[in-house]
Amino acid sequence: MERLNVTRRNFLKVSSLLGGGMLIGFPMVSKSEAASNAVFSPNAYLKIGADNTFTLIAPNPEIGQGVKTSLPMIMAEELDLDWKKVKVEQAGFDPELYGRQVAGGSGSVRSRWQEARTAGATARALLVAAAAKTWGVDVTECHTEAGFVHHKKSGKKLSYGELAETAATMPIPENVPLKDPKDFKIIGTRVKNIDNDNILTGKPLFGIDTKRPGMYYAVVARPPAFGKKLKSFDDTESLKMQGVHKVVKWENIVAVLANSTWNAKKGRDALKLEWEDDSPLESTADHEKILKSFLDKRSDSPARNDGDALKFLENGGEIVEGTYEAPILPHATLEPMNFFADVREGKAELYGPTQTPASTRGQVSKALDIPEENVTVGLSRMGGGFGRRLMADYSLEAAMISAAAKAPVLMVWMREDDMQAGFYRPMGKYKYRATLNDKKELEAWHLTAAGLNNQRTSIPNSFPAGAVSNFRIDNHNKESNISTAPWRAPNHNFIAFAEQSFLDEIAHKAGKDPIQLQLELLAKAKNNPGGKVDYDIDRYENVIKELAKLSGWKNNNGANGIYQGFAAHYSFSTYVAQVAEVSIKDGKPKVHKVYCVVDCGQVVNLSGAENQIEGGIVDALGHALYGEITFDKGVVQQNNFNRYKLMQLQDAPMEIITRFVRNEHDPTGLGEPGFPPAHPAVCNALFAATGKRIRKLPISHTDFKA
Amino acid sequence: MAKYTIEVNGKSREVDVAPDTPLLWVLRDELNLVGTKYGCGVAQCGACTIHLDGEAVRSCVLPISSIANKKVITIEGLSENGDHPVQKAWDEVDVAQCGYCQAGQVMAAAALLKKNPNPSDEEIASSMTNICRCGTYVRIRQAVHMAAEKGGTLWKG
Repeated sequence: MERLNVTRRNFLKVSSLLGGGMLIGFPMVSKSEAASNAVFSPNAYLKIGADNTFTLIAPNPEIGQGVKTSLPMIMAEELDLDWKKVKVEQAGFDPELYGRQVAGGSGSVRSRWQEARTAGATARALLVAAAAKTWGVDVTECHTEAGFVHHKKSGKKLSYGELAETAATMPIPENVPLKDPKDFKIIGTRVKNIDNDNILTGKPLFGIDTKRPGMYYAVVARPPAFGKKLKSFDDTESLKMQGVHKVVKWENIVAVLANSTWNAKKGRDALKLEWEDDSPLESTADHEKILKSFLDKRSDSPARNDGDALKFLENGGEIVEGTYEAPILPHATLEPMNFFADVREGKAELYGPTQTPASTRGQVSKALDIPEENVTVGLSRMGGGFGRRLMADYSLEAAMISAAAKAPVLMVWMREDDMQAGFYRPMGKYKYRATLNDKKELEAWHLTAAGLNNQRTSIPNSFPAGAVSNFRIDNHNKESNISTAPWRAPNHNFIAFAEQSFLDEIAHKAGKDPIQLQLELLAKAKNNPGGKVDYDIDRYENVIKELAKLSGWKNNNGANGIYQGFAAHYSFSTYVAQVAEVSIKDGKPKVHKVYCVVDCGQVVNLSGAENQIEGGIVDALGHALYGEITFDKGVVQQNNFNRYKLMQLQDAPMEIITRFVRNEHDPTGLGEPGFPPAHPAVCNALFAATGKRIRKLPISHTDFKA
Repeated sequence: MAKYTIEVNGKSREVDVAPDTPLLWVLRDELNLVGTKYGCGVAQCGACTIHLDGEAVRSCVLPISSIANKKVITIEGLSENGDHPVQKAWDEVDVAQCGYCQAGQVMAAAALLKKNPNPSDEEIASSMTNICRCGTYVRIRQAVHMAAEKGGTLWKG
């Protein structure tokens, strides 16, 4: 991306709005820019109406993680706005204005925290300066409150709306001080999802709701299996069908355009298609065999190798061993893949659900040989993301269909298409071996990890790395033609299960309390570290200790037939510890309650933050109970929700009790970190309840009646 | 194609579609009522839940030819100003994450409460079978209870 080479003065954009009021662009200075002190790029906007209403632009894509609410909250805080008067608009894709517009890696708030605060504070300083100038007083005599600048001595006040025009002429201050967190009025409070009204009254918000004049609906025929390609097709019957407008082919897909989704689907179903093999047709049974075959092999370059774990394991001692197995999972966003595209006359207009509009623009530009500046990407609210919409396959597909048909199209995947043409969470297998010394201390740890399309199946610096002197990880990878991609908390989503379950096994073997064991290991990592760790040991320890108090750990274990299980995990710079309470009724596991302590630094929106943690736990529980995709000769065996079970309300815990550690650290990730500890917390509780160790997910493989 | 006259949200609407067209697509593509969502097409997820003569049904498997004189209410017609007790409770509890399933959840809850104004946790669990992929179930349960509490006499009508 080329940076705008502008001076400080002229990047503060001011323009008149209809009916009075001003549009102000704020300087948001990145660190590198601040260092050079020469180049700046504006990347967020506030509109102030003459009636003192405020429109804040939400720069990042919204997938349900809440950033359309939380990012504007940060700006509103430093600006001292009345939140009730704030309106939020979703930005389109415009990296020159808005920088990195991505929903991924639990990074939206983390990456924008400082710049959003600085933007808000700078704008506030300009408004104060404008008021001081108007009144002929010193800025230090002025203060702001809920969209007004006040002069205490004289009792005068002016609204931001009244001051906007003057504010835009004031010199932009350097190094504007940010608020002391103890003065926050908006940040840290419960603010409702900004789209609640629209969501609850059924307003068009999502990509699939798009309507444009002259638009056709497109439904696509695609290869029925991974490894198949299109040989030929006959569209005679399709073209005879009611409402069908056109049939177009692009690479291995055939799209039917019609006047409604249903007619397009019927037209698609009427296509006569011939497919041929292009690459091997893989089955889950093959993957199982290949990954298992890796588990006793060493790799030439271990991902981590502290001390000499292999020597300790060869020399015997008390060995604990367990192999943990993760199935393939689909993202199964409830809103299936879809995109609107209108490609005509050397221009492409795209609109829809994407976590990375930059990929969409790049790929469409390249495939159609249209310069990037002629490709626009509008961002809809998304019916879930979970990593699936980091891929641009479907938005590109929509663009190619529109280009071939020379018409605007809303391409919609049927659920079966969505399940078959996924980018799945890869399968993984993790063999752990550990030795205990005479004092029942963990002496050596060896993980052999094998994954599908996953070069980094394990996370080398993840706990208990650093807490065990002899620590080795070997990784193996099998390339597959079944496409895989990041899936909520990539790798962490299973590593946490394997590590934390195995630590629970070790605790039982050593006759130690599982929480006590992990606290001992953290103390070891602190006092006598065995190599590099990524996590802050004190913060890690703290969430575990707080959780033990919150959950009444041990005292409640086994009372009334309800058993507790513990797990903790560090991901996306956030520390999460959980205790799950379970029972078995009629051979079926039931999760009653989950306690959760989170250290994610400063919480921005308390309601949204709790919702992310609750959702992460429930999402994890659902997939732990039921989630599994299998393939037979490249064909997905669970192609709709009647074959692929997603969790329903009846399986949800009755209560999730979440506490956030109060501190003044900058915010860290929140969309993903709640997920990873929930699998092991539940499975460790099931072990406490039944003595059955769950090493293979989903839990539905385990028979609790036997 | 065939012409059908159906009553949607208190208004008579005429559409010209194939008889096997599911009501879901009639609502979305013909009548521009996109609050009713497509999720699976096989009556599993409940994103397409509407009221048919007051009953919560899944419109993705309901052919237009089967509607006849039955009255259709969609999320857009649940209340005039978005202030049905269930909508208010959903806002108050701040249930939604992505929000895609929530119109269907609201419709399912409104129908449940009309029949059973004060459902137990077990009754909520057995009748609220709509899928929320974001996992907002704990809040959905809370919101149903809140609507039951605050809905008052509304359910008796």
